[in-house]
Amino acid sequence: MFVKKRVAVVGAGLTKFVRRAQETGKELAFEAVRQALDSCNMRIQDIDSVALGSAPDAFDGVHMKGEYLLDGAGAWRKPYSRNFVGGGTGVFSPIHGWFHVASGLYDTCLVVAEEKMSSCLPHPQAAFLTIFDNMIERQLGPNLIWIFALEMQRYMHRHKIPKEQIAQVAVKNKRNALDHPSAQIARAVTLQDILDSEVLAWPVQRLDISPVSDGAAAVILASEDVARRITDSPVWIDGVGWNLDTTYWTNRDLYFPRYVANAARMAYEMAGISNPRKQIDFAEPYDPFDYKELHHMEGLLLCRKGEAPKLTAEGVTERDGRLPICPSGGLLGVGNPIAAAGLMKICELFWQLRGEAGKRQVAGDPRTAVAQAWGDLMQIGTVVVMRS
Amino acid sequence: MGTSLKEDDIERQKVLTVAYRPKVKYAWATGIAIGRFLMGLRAGEILGTKCEHCGRVVVPPRTFCEWCFKESNTWVKLPDTGIVNTFSICYITADTTRVKTPLIPAVIGIDSTTNAGFLHLIGGVKPEDVRIDMRVKAVWLDASERKGSITDIKYFTPLK
Amino acid sequence: MYSLAIAHMQILAGLFDIVAVEAHSKVSDIVDISPVYDLALDPIYTRPLGLNANFIVGLEMNRYLHTSGATSQDCKKVVEKNRRNAISNDLAIKSANSKSSNDISDSISYPLTRNDVAPLADGAAVVVLAVEDAAKNLRDDPIWIKGAGWASDSPTLETRDWDKATYAELASKQAYRQAKVRDPAREIQLAEVDDTYSYKELQHTEALGLTSQSSAHQMLGQGVFDLGGRLPVNPSGGSIGMGHTLEMSGLVRVVELVKQLRGDAGKHQVHDAQTGIALAWRGIPTASGAVVVLGNR
Repeated sequence: MFVKKRVAVVGAGLTKFVRRAQETGKELAFEAVRQALDSCNMRIQDIDSVALGSAPDAFDGVHMKGEYLLDGAGAWRKPYSRNFVGGGTGVFSPIHGWFHVASGLYDTCLVVAEEKMSSCLPHPQAAFLTIFDNMIERQLGPNLIWIFALEMQRYMHRHKIPKEQIAQVAVKNKRNALDHPSAQIARAVTLQDILDSEVLAWPVQRLDISPVSDGAAAVILASEDVARRITDSPVWIDGVGWNLDTTYWTNRDLYFPRYVANAARMAYEMAGISNPRKQIDFAEPYDPFDYKELHHMEGLLLCRKGEAPKLTAEGVTERDGRLPICPSGGLLGVGNPIAAAGLMKICELFWQLRGEAGKRQVAGDPRTAVAQAWGDLMQIGTVVVMRS
Repeated sequence: MGTSLKEDDIERQKVLTVAYRPKVKYAWATGIAIGRFLMGLRAGEILGTKCEHCGRVVVPPRTFCEWCFKESNTWVKLPDTGIVNTFSICYITADTTRVKTPLIPAVIGIDSTTNAGFLHLIGGVKPEDVRIDMRVKAVWLDASERKGSITDIKYFTPLK
Repeated sequence: MYSLAIAHMQILAGLFDIVAVEAHSKVSDIVDISPVYDLALDPIYTRPLGLNANFIVGLEMNRYLHTSGATSQDCKKVVEKNRRNAISNDLAIKSANSKSSNDISDSISYPLTRNDVAPLADGAAVVVLAVEDAAKNLRDDPIWIKGAGWASDSPTLETRDWDKATYAELASKQAYRQAKVRDPAREIQLAEVDDTYSYKELQHTEALGLTSQSSAHQMLGQGVFDLGGRLPVNPSGGSIGMGHTLEMSGLVRVVELVKQLRGDAGKHQVHDAQTGIALAWRGIPTASGAVVVLGNR
């Protein structure tokens, strides 16, 4: 590959993440977009194109949800498209937006991510039934938690990881989220709280899981010359990568997400990163469950396989550690409106790399960071590398 | 912005609500490969396919090898034994209500395949005795009860 | 067609040299497609009215006929033309080439009748895009993407432009600008446009600037859009003739253009075509569509 045009993030907006928002999906999208535009003094007329990411239509209960949301996303009478790759959507959206500007066809692209999960009753979890194979899996009466439990169990078994080390991630992220204005219910928990929480599907317990949420996020992308006119501190998207593994998940060893590693390699190559452990200053891997942060740290090649729990135990991944992981508080701490949660991580990279993360600001002078999301049936890794 | 509502606000009608229940029905074609797999289950057999290009033997069977991207036409009868690749002990249903008797979902790696297997349940054993790498065998419904479904296998149980 | 536009951008960005674009329809798995369309309606403003989603088509068709002066007879002619074209198309669905009927029971949502609706079909399509150097290595006759555009008008029925396919107009402007096409009616030799409903073909042809506002039905009557006419529209038979493959139909239009521009269209070949245009519409209840201009020079 030879990527010609440099693309920057110039503005970002994020709504509060709440369990049940009164706002419609359109209103949430509008709020995030308005904030993003205000953050860099742009108007909707300055936006050439719009790329929206949103996860299953089943949550909002609207088929072709992307179409329904577009007016709230500022896309009226503009080139508009929607991407969906399950949980990977949030970090794929800026990649989808990046195509527009990097191609040279558009100078600006507004990237929006929205999710309104509370509309689905009695619990949005039930909508995930359809992720299982319609012919040979649904008949077994599965539920979403099985997927995580099966993967978590395999990961723990392969590296002999005690539950305590995994739960530590939830403690860290929920604590980090106390400093995030969008956090749903920012409440510190202790290790014991997590270990005492209700067992849903062993080894998954209630507090291992990020809270279901409604929310929206938006970022504005611009080509280099336009970016430099809009802001003094553009943050560059220097690497994009994504990779999909086989749908036959039962033919894969779940202990390591090789598709995340493939996506990371693609993004690192583009960004000129040959040694991620040294060259990445902090990371926002996808953490819908606590063990996923560890699984993804390894997938992002930030440490050896099986090493992530040790780094966490040693405090390396705290905000003041050598390699801060999820300084935002992640999904575990801030909340999980699927697509918006992924884009929230991009917002975090943007703010951190500009020194605008306030109480969440990581130590040192971070220059290079990576965000990652994961989704479908444990299938896709989406990775973005950003630099100040 | 992100005005938070409580469940109470809805129950006590402090906000207006609209309810809708989608009713969409599907009649899925099983396709060539799964169709034959299900017929195999009805006959009490687990069938897989072999890719002549890379040599992989896989289950669930498929008409093409997604690695080689070539057609896969060689069908093999597989043993109904295997090992537990991973498992869980599940105490909740899809809408998060609690159940007394947990289900034990597992990925069963079927013998004679190239690291392939499928999702099923483990039974006839106490949850606390289930282990990864445990050897298991399928427990089938009676021939008269089998109808060409994954549930023609009741569950997999430890091999003594 | 949106996927094609995205793949095009990936290649222009220098990210990839060769990208495969896939679309398929397995609509036969759905027992009744109506509740699926209903699920796309606004849950608060529209669904409570309890109408079948086709009402939107009825509203738009009525408005289009009213402003353009086209009649139901003209819509019938579109159906006849496309079914006729499809007879020479091996890929077309082998469904009943049933005679159009005047039976009132064929009315779906006035003025939309069963005859006006393209029949549903299953299928799959793949298009492979390549950057210039790679393309020249792979084929002697690559068909070039001259321009691509897409746009969305209001998703909200209450604030929508009912008169014309504004999304198609906006999308085509982007594509024409990239393709440096100034006078589409002269510079485009053939068009494959969405005809999910018969009147949409007329409405779309006008929105693309291939003929002036409200004149499509006249051009149709004069045979301009016939296979042997000055500007054949849907020489493939369109969705009405081939079968409607939902999200795949945009790619079907592109495949037809490619065959035509290569001279590979067999019995329904348009002669001496250099530049063609394809338009895809996302279907009800949307006002979104994409356009691609292809050329063989």
